Parts: sequence; C-alpha cells; structure tokens
Amino acid sequence: MPVIQTASTKSPLTFQDLLFRLQSFWAERGCVLQQPYDVEVGAGTMAPETFLRVLGPKPYKVGYAQPSRRPADGRYGENPNRLFKHTQFQLILKPPPKNVQELYLESLEAMGIDLRQHDLKFEEDNWEWPAGGAWGVGWQVMLDGLEITQFTYFQQCGGMDLDPICAELTYGMERIAQFLQDVDSIYDIVWARDPETGAAATYGDVRLEEELQFSVYNFEYADVPRLWEHFNSYEAEAQALLHQAGALMADEKASAADKKRFPLLATYELALKCSNLFNLLDARGAISVTERVGVIGRIRNLAVGVAKAYAVQQEAG
Amino acid sequence: MSDFLFELGLEEIPARMIAGAEAELGRRVNDLLTRERLLTEDAALSTYSTPRRLAVLAEGVRSRQEDSEEQLTGPSWKVAFKDGAPTSAAEAFAKKAGVAVADLEKIATPKGEYVGANVKRLGRSAAEILASDLPKEVFAIYWAKNMYWRAGKPERMVRPVRWVVALLDSEIVPLEIAGIAAGRASRGHRVLHGEAPVAVEAASAYVDTLRAASVVVSVAERRHIIRKALDAATRAVAGARWREDEPLVETVVHLTEWPSVILGNFEAKYLELPEEVLVTVMRDHQKYFAVEGANGKLAACFLAVLNTKVDGEGAAIIRHGNARVLRARFKDARFFWDFDQKTPLTARVESLKSVTFQKELGSYAWKTEQNLAVARVLAATVKAGSVAFDEAALLKAVELAKTDLTTGLVKEFTELQGIIGGLYARAQGLGERVALAIYEQYTPASMEEEIPPSIEGQLLGIADRIQTIVAMFGIGNAPTGSKDPFALRRAANAIVKILAESDLPLTLSDVLAASGADGANRDQVVTFLRERLHFYLKDIYNFAYDVVNAVLAADSDDVRGAIARAEALRAVRGSEDFAAISVAFKRIKNIVRQAAEKGFVIGSATRIQLAPEAQRLAEASASLAPQVARLREQRAYADALALIATLRPVVDTFFDKVLVLDPDEKIRGAHLGLIDEVFRNFSGIADFSEIVTP
Repeated sequence: MPVIQTASTKSPLTFQDLLFRLQSFWAERGCVLQQPYDVEVGAGTMAPETFLRVLGPKPYKVGYAQPSRRPADGRYGENPNRLFKHTQFQLILKPPPKNVQELYLESLEAMGIDLRQHDLKFEEDNWEWPAGGAWGVGWQVMLDGLEITQFTYFQQCGGMDLDPICAELTYGMERIAQFLQDVDSIYDIVWARDPETGAAATYGDVRLEEELQFSVYNFEYADVPRLWEHFNSYEAEAQALLHQAGALMADEKASAADKKRFPLLATYELALKCSNLFNLLDARGAISVTERVGVIGRIRNLAVGVAKAYAVQQEAG
Repeated sequence: MSDFLFELGLEEIPARMIAGAEAELGRRVNDLLTRERLLTEDAALSTYSTPRRLAVLAEGVRSRQEDSEEQLTGPSWKVAFKDGAPTSAAEAFAKKAGVAVADLEKIATPKGEYVGANVKRLGRSAAEILASDLPKEVFAIYWAKNMYWRAGKPERMVRPVRWVVALLDSEIVPLEIAGIAAGRASRGHRVLHGEAPVAVEAASAYVDTLRAASVVVSVAERRHIIRKALDAATRAVAGARWREDEPLVETVVHLTEWPSVILGNFEAKYLELPEEVLVTVMRDHQKYFAVEGANGKLAACFLAVLNTKVDGEGAAIIRHGNARVLRARFKDARFFWDFDQKTPLTARVESLKSVTFQKELGSYAWKTEQNLAVARVLAATVKAGSVAFDEAALLKAVELAKTDLTTGLVKEFTELQGIIGGLYARAQGLGERVALAIYEQYTPASMEEEIPPSIEGQLLGIADRIQTIVAMFGIGNAPTGSKDPFALRRAANAIVKILAESDLPLTLSDVLAASGADGANRDQVVTFLRERLHFYLKDIYNFAYDVVNAVLAADSDDVRGAIARAEALRAVRGSEDFAAISVAFKRIKNIVRQAAEKGFVIGSATRIQLAPEAQRLAEASASLAPQVARLREQRAYADALALIATLRPVVDTFFDKVLVLDPDEKIRGAHLGLIDEVFRNFSGIADFSEIVTP
C-alpha cells in the first residue's frame, strides 16, 4: 500500500525546492528563466533584465533569483531576521496579463501555501528607485501579517514613461521559507535536504560565514579612500562611454549596426558598480547626509543616461 | 420604475482612498440621474465598497425620460415665406428642427413675426443615457495616485479595472469602461469564493448575491462586524479591553471583504519595552489593535483583523504566523533599545554634526546650538515674569532634544522621535524634568492635541519651533498658498496654542526677540505669526471674523489677552448700545481719514470754547478713559466694554448736533482732536470700527 502523505505530515519545502517550484511555475507560463546577474546589485530591479528590458515596446517575460546586497543591513549574522544579502525572486511580465494577480496567487500555491488556511491582503505600497528614475504603484502582499512579496506596476524607468507597462513581482525568498518552515531564525531555514540520509544543510551552513565576513568588511575594513577612488574611476569610464553614446545615437549618418554594437550594457555595469560602492561607503558611514543627495544624483546621471541611450539604441534599425 | 446597479471591479484599491471614492461615485451618479430627470421623487441611492470594488445602487430610476415639447424660433416670417411659398430658409429650418415645412407656425414676438416649430423631444432611455455618460463620470473620480495599465496608455485610474457590472433591474446597461464591457458578472472573495464569476441576476439582489460569495459590500456593516468581533475576541482575556483606535478601524474596514478577528499573544517579557514602542509596532507596522488589562496597562496580546473566515484550526495557523511576525519586530525593537543604551544621549551630542537639519542651514548640532540660544533668552524672560521652572533642566533638555535622531530605534520608528529621546533620558537617569521636556517637545502635533504639561517642555517646544520658522524664512522656505513642505504653519500654530493654553508670561514679540530675528526676516515672521493667531482665534475658537479683526487691530502680541478681549467683545457686540458705539467709531475713523486727505489739521480741544454737546463728550471721555484703562490693565475686559458702552448717549448727541468739519479752522481742529482722542482712549481692547453692524 502506498504511503499517503497529507499536508500536515509532509515536511515543508526546502529553500531550494521553493525556488525550483517558483521557477517551474513561471517557466510553464512562458517565462525566460535567467540566472542571477553577476554584478553586485541592491535589488533584482537593478539587474539589466529588469531595468533595461522594461524599456521600449517589446514584450518580455523573465524570472530570476537575484542575490541582493544591502551592506548597511548586515548584522554580522547575529540578527535572526536581517541580512546583508538576501534572495529576491524577481519576475517581470511585460505587458502584464489581465489575470496577473490570480497567476501570482497560483504561484503561492505552487510553493505549498494553501491560501484557504491563511489571511491574505494586498496593501498599498508604492515603490521607487530615485537613482534609476524608476517608480511604480502596487502592493505589499501580506500573508498572516508577513510581507512576502512586493507587487509593482512599473510606470516609469530611466525617467521615461513605460509603454507598455509591466508587472514586477519580487518574492522575498528567505521570508517565505521562514514562514513555510516555521522557523524563527533565517539561519535555521533548511536550504537542502539529502534525500538519502535526510541530513539538512541549513541557511546558516551555507551563508552565515559570508554574512559575518561581509559585515566585518562593510562596516570595518572597507577602505574608504580607495572606495572613493573606485567610485570615481568607474564613474569616469561610464561618463566617457555615455558621452560617446550620446554623440553616436544623435548622429544621423551613423548606421543602425554601429549604434547596435555600442556597449551600453557594459556602461550600465559600470553604473551598477558605482551604486554598490555608494552602498558600501554609506555602510562605512563615509557619506554625510549633505553629500548623499549629490552622490545619488551622480549615480542617477549614469543610470538614467544609460536608460535613455538604450531606448534610442533599441529603436535603431 | 427601475433599480440601477453599477459596480466597478478593480484590483485592490489603497485603503486610504476608498471612502472618498465611494462617496464621489455616489454623488456623480446621483447628479447624472438628477440632471437627466431620471430620478423619481422617492428614489434612494446607496453606495458600497470593498478593496476590490466601488458600487452604487439607485432605487427608483425612471426607465426613460419623459417626453418633452419645445418651441424653436427660426428665421423671420418674411424671409421664410415669399408670397406664401416657403423659401430655402424655411426648408433649412424645418430640416434642422426635424418637422415638415407644413408644420411650421407663425409666431408673434416683440421683434416681429417669426417662424416657429413645435418640436417633440422623445425622452431618452435610462440605459442609453447611462451608457453614454456614466463612463466619463467614473473616470472623473479623484484618486491621490493614478496609474496606466493598458498598452497605448488610453486611461489612468488608481488600479486596473477588471470587471464592470451595470444593470437596470435585470437588464445589462451596455456601457464600457477601460475596454471592459459591462455585464452581470461580479467577483466574490478571492479565497473564500475563488475566481468563478458571480452572476448578479438583478440590481436589487446585489448585496445578497455578494454576501453569498463571501463579500460584505456595506462598509457600515463591515465596521459593525469588526467592532463586535474585536469585543468578542477580547472577552477571552478577563477584564481586558481593546484600545479604541478609530483610524485603524477605518483602515481594516477598507482592507477586508469578509472580516474576522483573532486574538494572539506575545511573550510577556516584551512588555518591558515602552508602551509607545509596542503600540507603534502593533498599530503602524502590523495594523493590530493593542489590548489593555483592567489596570489600563498593555496586556501581552494583540488583535488582528483578517480578511477571511476562520475555524479553530485555521485561526491557530494564522495566529501563529502573525505572532511570529510581531515577535520578530519586538525582538528587533528590543535589540535597538538595548543597543542604543550603550551610548547614552549625553554621548550623542557630538554625532549630531553628521545629521543634516537643512542643507542650506546646517546640521542638528548647529540646530541645537541655535535652540539653546533661543531657550536662554526665553528662560530669562519667563524668570523675569516670576514663573518658576527648572532652568538647568530646560537647557539640558534643549541640548539633548535631538540626540535621539542618532539612535537605532528612532531610525526604525521615525514617528517616535522625541518620545524615544524622553524615554532614554528617563532610563539614563537624566532627571524627570529633562526627560519629560524631551518627550513632549513635538506636542501639540495638531490643534486637537494637548500642549506639554511641563513648563520646560513648553519652552523647548517654542524655542525649537520659532528657531525653525525664522531660519526657514531666512532661506526663502516660507509657506506659499497650499505649499508648506516644512510644516511651518503647523509649527507656528503650536507656538500660538502653547502661548494660549499655558501660563507662560510670553508674548509673540518676546518669542520673536528670543529668536534673534531682525530686519525683513522679522517683519515676515511677525506677519506670519499674526496670521496664525488670526487663524487660531477664528477657526479654533470660532470667534466671528469681525471680532477677530477688531481685537487684533488693537493688539496682536499677547495671545491670551487677545482671547480674553475677544471673549468680552463677543459677549457685548449684540447689544444695542454697543452697536451704536461701533457705528460711531466707524464714523470717527472715516472723518479723521477724510480730514487727513484734505490736509485738515487735527488740533486740540482744550483751549477753546466748544458747543455744549462737544464739551460733554470731552468731559465724558476724560472721566471714563482712566477707569477704562485701569479695568483693561486688570484684564476686566467685560467691565471695560460695559463702561465704554455708557458713552453712547453723549456720542450720539455729539454727532446729531455738532458739525464736526466746521468751516472755522480752529473749531474744526478742536473737533477733530476731540474725536481722535475718544478713538484712541477707547480702542485699546478692540478697534470697534471693525465690527460689522446691521
């Protein structure tokens, strides 16, 4: 006689199972599954798969798990609820289907959340990333009082109105795992379980060392003058590229092929580097409140500059 | 007679916007139906809303407008008919009016004979009118923040429209909104009912149909359910009651379609945290209601309002989840509380240098220095006025007032700035007066809130706010029109309220002097503070505007004095004698102004023989003036005004019998001198000429 598993006896999904489920769910609905972007970002939105793909008219559906760095949020691995680097499952649906909310709820069920047993609310929460000239309206999705997803209808990016707009779903994977596995500390989340032995690898096994060492680096060791040097150097290169891009995109004699091959994607990486360096400097307490606005403005010039040039480049030929 | 139902199905509307939009939809539908003569006399209109819908049900709608008849006037008869035969002008008019040429009539007007046409207008059907006009009304509803959702950006609204129900009785009204054709398919509760459409068979069945799909569409009913459920859940704890919080009730009413309530617990050890922190976490961050025990102190429980039905097992799961979130937040708060204590407030003064107050002005260290300077002068003035307080505690509080901005807890709960500082000051043994002043520094935050009970708190609040106002005006950040990004009006209102309701011996000019404002900056702030005092008397005390004008024209410096004078004036202004005095004073003001325009000299009444009526006025004025002045000094304003009112007969007789602007220059000068003196003698409480008289 087969063993019948019921909801209550089944062990909850591991962290990686949750990601598998979520990825399969959206892959089955026609999404491209991307790998995490390999440059430091503060949020999945900043990866080019979101920031640049949302521009222009071309439909696109993509999902990826993005490790997101917030140096100032590090707590040396001592706080059970805060991380320097957390995992966002980022999904972009451009344009959003009419039943996007229903699809989202199905994706929760795909992760083993029985909505009939929980309290679900969509509470107003609008999102913006000033340095990217990006904002949208939407909700924080609350499950039994816990924010598990940021659901945004992107309206502007790079200071430009989007048409069509897109839906951006950002799942907080650690929170969802903590919720489903019912653990009080992130570090107790079961990341993987050996099907043979049942031995668990926890989030702490996988990531605690990283949280500790990066907190130490971000708060204590990161060399402030050198961070500024890096910042200035990345910014200078990005500015130089943007300058050339501006001339090229405005040049009526330049061929579409010339425009298409201009490395705006590389320019954007340089802007992302600046953004991460800013976050590091901020964690080191090296940016006074007065300076803050100015430095954010410099990053904004780069990010918005790339977005504007990229929009023109997409139209070429 | 029909019932009309309109339901706009949206993705979840922000809770804060629903009530206003529901009312506006009702108003717009009502106006449309009224305008189009579609409402019967006993029509009734009800509005409904949930997070996912706005709806209106109009009972007693005509299915079509009544037919009407109208006479149109066309060209003159002579132009339209030549020799009895219709011209092209007649034909064109008949065509335009939609009648046969043979049906045109001759009508007589004062301007001559014209062609007339009697046009019958068939009433349009309600369905036709609603289909053509209602969508415009729906898109005109105000939302604080709108969005696009369809490609090509054809429309904006608060959230995407997902369905539309429009029924006249059981017939679908063929209207379309944002590309969605109206039908009878509504939606039920997302989880309890699921995605299957909910067919509304007839407009009148709306409320019950939705109820069967686990949606309570009436806001009032959900509010009632929630309040009852909060009561019921709280009864599980002996002697406990939930903390009344009307804004929170309204929020959860607009976050639910099928509300229920669970009571959860947290570990009693968290009760060691200050109540302010616990309540903020529960209310602002989690939308939970706090519970207090019989002793009025917080109990280790919370109430969460759910948007679902729960049985015992379900409740246990949801309670567990909510409790875990709350525990994590409390744990965080406790971490900050303990961590912050490692660096006492006194050791945080230096770090205020890196917290910007205002870019063009400086850091909070600069702000603190400025506040200290203001507070020292205020303290000296108050001491001179023999009001006792602890000056050292005041200065300590001013010095430490902003240091909580550097604490983790305030960074986490910015709404608790000041309060956290006060709590830390107390925990760090800095003295109760210091702690209290810091704690109270931002009260009153509104005109409804009480002023700080302690004198040190009052003075800190005044010093901090006047410093901000003067400095902000100095760099061109004065409020303009509806724009007041630095909330300077609120700051000035608070200063006025503190001066009005405390015993501080301070006038507005004392406060300004302490701020060190001078020149044009001072003049601007003086005007600004006067405006706020005017607002305070008129809108908070509800004094009539002429009373306020009269009182402030006499003096606008002493806030409590102005209130007392306004009260006395309000009491007498209705009396006949007083009205006559007001008229006379207006007359004096006019005559003196005219005299000045004509270059007449205002002379003296003392060394000249005047008419007996003028003599009597001079004598009455001279004998009453010192008495009135004395009463005024004693703040016996009502008595002073009663005394002034006794002047009426002599004043009246004077104006009846005496030609003020006498041709004789000397006599005229003496008359002018006399009335000017009367005016000055008796306008110290109020400028009576400002009083509007019937």
